[in-house]
Amino acid sequence: MGGLFFVAAVTSLVISAAILWSLFSNGWEFLTEVNWGHVFGSDSWSPRFDEFSIATLLVGSLIVTGIAMLVATPLGLGAAIYLSEYARPGVRTVLKPILEVLAGIPSVVLGVFALIWIAPEVVGRLFGEEHGRGGTMMAAGIGVGILTIPLIASVSEDAMRAVPSSLRQASAGLGARPISTTLRVVLPAAISGVVAAFILATSRALGETMVVFIAGGAADQAQYTNNPLDGSLTMTAAMASLAVGTDQVRGASLAVPSLFFVGIVLFAFTFGLNLIADRFVRRVRQAY
Amino acid sequence: MAFSTIGSSGEAAIHGSVADALRGRRRSDTRGWAFEIGLLASLLICLLILGALILTVVTDGMPVYSDRGWEFLDGGLSSIADRAGISQGIVGSFWIAVCVVVVAIPIGVGSAIYLEEYAPRTKLTSFIELNIRNLAGVPSVVYGLLGLAIFVNTFHGFSGADGIERSTLAAAGVTLAVLVLPIVIITTAEAIRAVPQALREGAYGVGATRWEVIRSQVLPYAAPGIFTGSLLSIARAIGEAAPLIVIGAVTGFFSAGEGLNAQNVTDPSHLSERFVALPSIVTTWAKQPDEEFKVSNAAATIIAMLVFVLLINSIAIVLRNRFEKKRSS
Repeated sequence: MGGLFFVAAVTSLVISAAILWSLFSNGWEFLTEVNWGHVFGSDSWSPRFDEFSIATLLVGSLIVTGIAMLVATPLGLGAAIYLSEYARPGVRTVLKPILEVLAGIPSVVLGVFALIWIAPEVVGRLFGEEHGRGGTMMAAGIGVGILTIPLIASVSEDAMRAVPSSLRQASAGLGARPISTTLRVVLPAAISGVVAAFILATSRALGETMVVFIAGGAADQAQYTNNPLDGSLTMTAAMASLAVGTDQVRGASLAVPSLFFVGIVLFAFTFGLNLIADRFVRRVRQAY
Repeated sequence: MAFSTIGSSGEAAIHGSVADALRGRRRSDTRGWAFEIGLLASLLICLLILGALILTVVTDGMPVYSDRGWEFLDGGLSSIADRAGISQGIVGSFWIAVCVVVVAIPIGVGSAIYLEEYAPRTKLTSFIELNIRNLAGVPSVVYGLLGLAIFVNTFHGFSGADGIERSTLAAAGVTLAVLVLPIVIITTAEAIRAVPQALREGAYGVGATRWEVIRSQVLPYAAPGIFTGSLLSIARAIGEAAPLIVIGAVTGFFSAGEGLNAQNVTDPSHLSERFVALPSIVTTWAKQPDEEFKVSNAAATIIAMLVFVLLINSIAIVLRNRFEKKRSS
């Protein structure tokens, strides 16, 4: 039986190798044949017309991820601190499911919600009605942020609950108020877990596709913009819209390979972030 | 309690103030009070968002059910909003769930058993573990590229079709099975790690082999956790849209395989055909300019999808609770 289980465990290595192989074997054509002037010198992402401005997609991803983290960090961390430090067990069992249900909501649902509710009701009211009529990077960013709240909350709550209660008791024994204990003792002790939560959420937001694809306000091409109230494409949304259009783009020779090129860039970013987060998570485990 | 020696009158009041003092609470601590309110508010905002989401989906989607009811669930894709239905999407999502059960759960549980019970503490083992954690963080759209590059081409042998026809339901199902595999491994490994060492030692003590220990002690004890993890991974796979879009789920409309009856839904020949699933239908419709598609039909499909997902999640919780009750008795 052991041998059979070993084969199962090795499957994951095969999958990783297969991911790398499919990215690079298909992206290679793009890397070798593209006119790099159309990648770095262009100001629009429009694969059908051989415009591959990667800067447009990177800035799009950066803006959406930035907005998402601005939304998710305070809410997720606040929820985590409350559940870990303040909520009585009874209250916890009532409030915790809010985050669990939120974590179970599929991202397409958040995408539609961002398009038909967040855009008019939140973005439209805050920034002027003309920005709320359709998808924008702002609406998509808020949607992605909501999606990452449960991740931040659960990872940082785990980190804070792993802080030994003797530290809290010692702090209380010295006469510290709960707020001081929380901010000066528990949070610093759990900081690597909280940082890991933040990095993991950034990686998740960077890789989130459907919310931006549905509510990001751009179809299959985008002009360079750094205004969050414009519609644009992120790396992920660009991949999804290219894939949807594959029937039509068969003629444009580099459109399909460019899909894998963007995949390589996205994979490199998320892989780096995940490795860093992994380091931080392990530091928590070692400490206690 | 320690304070119960204090005289009976006013005991409660002293009790309260001592308890407050021990918790570090002071009447004048407005900063602390504001902090706590702020923390609670962040949870309440999450609740509010959830409420707004459900309310929006229900108010936009329910009219479709009250007007058309069964016809919407039973119908097929159409370019006319009043005739469009989601039965093909239900078929697609059903078979994706089957693929997860058949492919991801056996492999995932097997590799978790290997990592927790058999694996020697070598560099290879920790590399496999690191690799699984990284796989869990790979964006779903990248799994779509894997499916497009490998599974689409592997499985087209089934139908012998070419071109876009190669994007089959089997390829999509296996891609999503691979996507949730790390989740199955991680949740199963956690459940196995929670099995008390004493159970294993007891079994070894009466002469059981390693496999007998796993089969008779470890797996039964870890079963609720494994089961919950498996169900959650099915729910995750049913809700995932990005890989389907990349692999080539139909984004227009097609007429094959309509109808919501047991015979059609469970017909395995769907695996070698082109496909849609509930989340890919939601995406396609949400991108339409027509409000009836974009708002009403998309929301109605979301209701169907959420019912599935929430049903699976609650089955997971109910079954886990029942298992746990059995164990404690």
